[in-house]
Amino acid sequence: MNVPTLFGLCAAALVGIGLYGLIVDPHPLRKILAFNVVGSGVFVLFGAIARRGAAAGMGGDPVPQALLITGIVVAFSATALAVALLKRLSDEAGSVTLSSDAPARAKSDAGHD
Amino acid sequence: MIVALNVGLVALILGLAVWAIVAREPFAAVVGFIAYGLLLTLVWVQLHGIDVALTEAAIGGGLTGALLIGAATRLRGTEAEARAERPGPATRWLAAAVSVAVTLALAACVLVLPVPAPTLAPEVAAHMAATEVGNPITSVLLAFRAMDTLLEAIVLLFALIGVWSLTPDRFWGGRPGLRQGYDANGILAYAARLLPPIGIVAGIYIFWVGADRPGGKFQGATILAAMWLLVMMAGLADAPPIRRTWLRALLVAGPLAFIAVGLVGAVRAGAFLAYPPGLAKPLILAIEFALMPTLTLILGLMLVGTPQRGDTP
Repeated sequence: MNVPTLFGLCAAALVGIGLYGLIVDPHPLRKILAFNVVGSGVFVLFGAIARRGAAAGMGGDPVPQALLITGIVVAFSATALAVALLKRLSDEAGSVTLSSDAPARAKSDAGHD
Repeated sequence: MIVALNVGLVALILGLAVWAIVAREPFAAVVGFIAYGLLLTLVWVQLHGIDVALTEAAIGGGLTGALLIGAATRLRGTEAEARAERPGPATRWLAAAVSVAVTLALAACVLVLPVPAPTLAPEVAAHMAATEVGNPITSVLLAFRAMDTLLEAIVLLFALIGVWSLTPDRFWGGRPGLRQGYDANGILAYAARLLPPIGIVAGIYIFWVGADRPGGKFQGATILAAMWLLVMMAGLADAPPIRRTWLRALLVAGPLAFIAVGLVGAVRAGAFLAYPPGLAKPLILAIEFALMPTLTLILGLMLVGTPQRGDTP
């Protein structure tokens, strides 16, 4: 098995592992983490495809590689925004549950600005 | 030999990914995820994407890891409550079946990828001379697909505005993050005095060398942002209040300069973000120099988070 295929299959497994965590784990931070695992799986798959496009003396197709750099940076900014939302939720509600039928402690305890 | 190393690398990565999902403590899961990010860097090296490897090490592993460590520490003790909400076995089995199906579908796609692989590398090689930049990734990022990079810079800015917009009303305009304690004889303050001179030189070098070799503004800006964060965490300097005009001006300067260069292209070369012949390299450098401080500030401030106090120190 050649290197791009090996890492391509690894990427497929990473997407599956992350997807499972994203569905099953109710903790929002764990969901963010799982989402990043899915994202990195997609990146590795794309990188393996870029490696297959090696030509003209380049080790990989530079167009997908450049898009990967953009993707990693955008994934970071999305993660930062999600973490900020989560911290605010924890400050406001005193808990981080996403369940819609959880007792709404926020209204009685913390009040609203 | 190298095959065995690659198989071992894949096994380690899959193991750490599983750990990041199943570990009981969020903190332990995040630590696993950071190791995972660093090992992914080796995957990028194996896939001949040195620029991507640098980005992964700096942003995917480093900054994201620091962000999640901070969040895991803040949210310690919320895990028990979440565990009570875990879905029942039926949902878990269904989720497992869906995940396995997605993995199998992706794996099948990997195995039937077209031969010969489609590639734009010859196109890039043929037109790279026009950009006068030696690193093909940089010429894609700042010439052939400059629109993506412009939108990426704007996405970063909008994400920071999103983070700031979560500020409670009473702290609006204040300083982001919590006041850090300062221990003059602590190891953190020592490291925060010793490392930045080295880190700043390394960051600027990686930024500058990106025109012709692996490196570039995102990787360089991340290192500079890390040095700034180190100084802030050690309490040697405080984060600026977000109401400061100079701060806001610097945050928009990069994208605005990028758009201005794009408009110059619209007038002089017939298309938005086109470069007039002979001016490609100077314009690319102008964009990179304008983006560098903006990116450093945005990456650093995004990690510090929303303002949690007024603008008095």
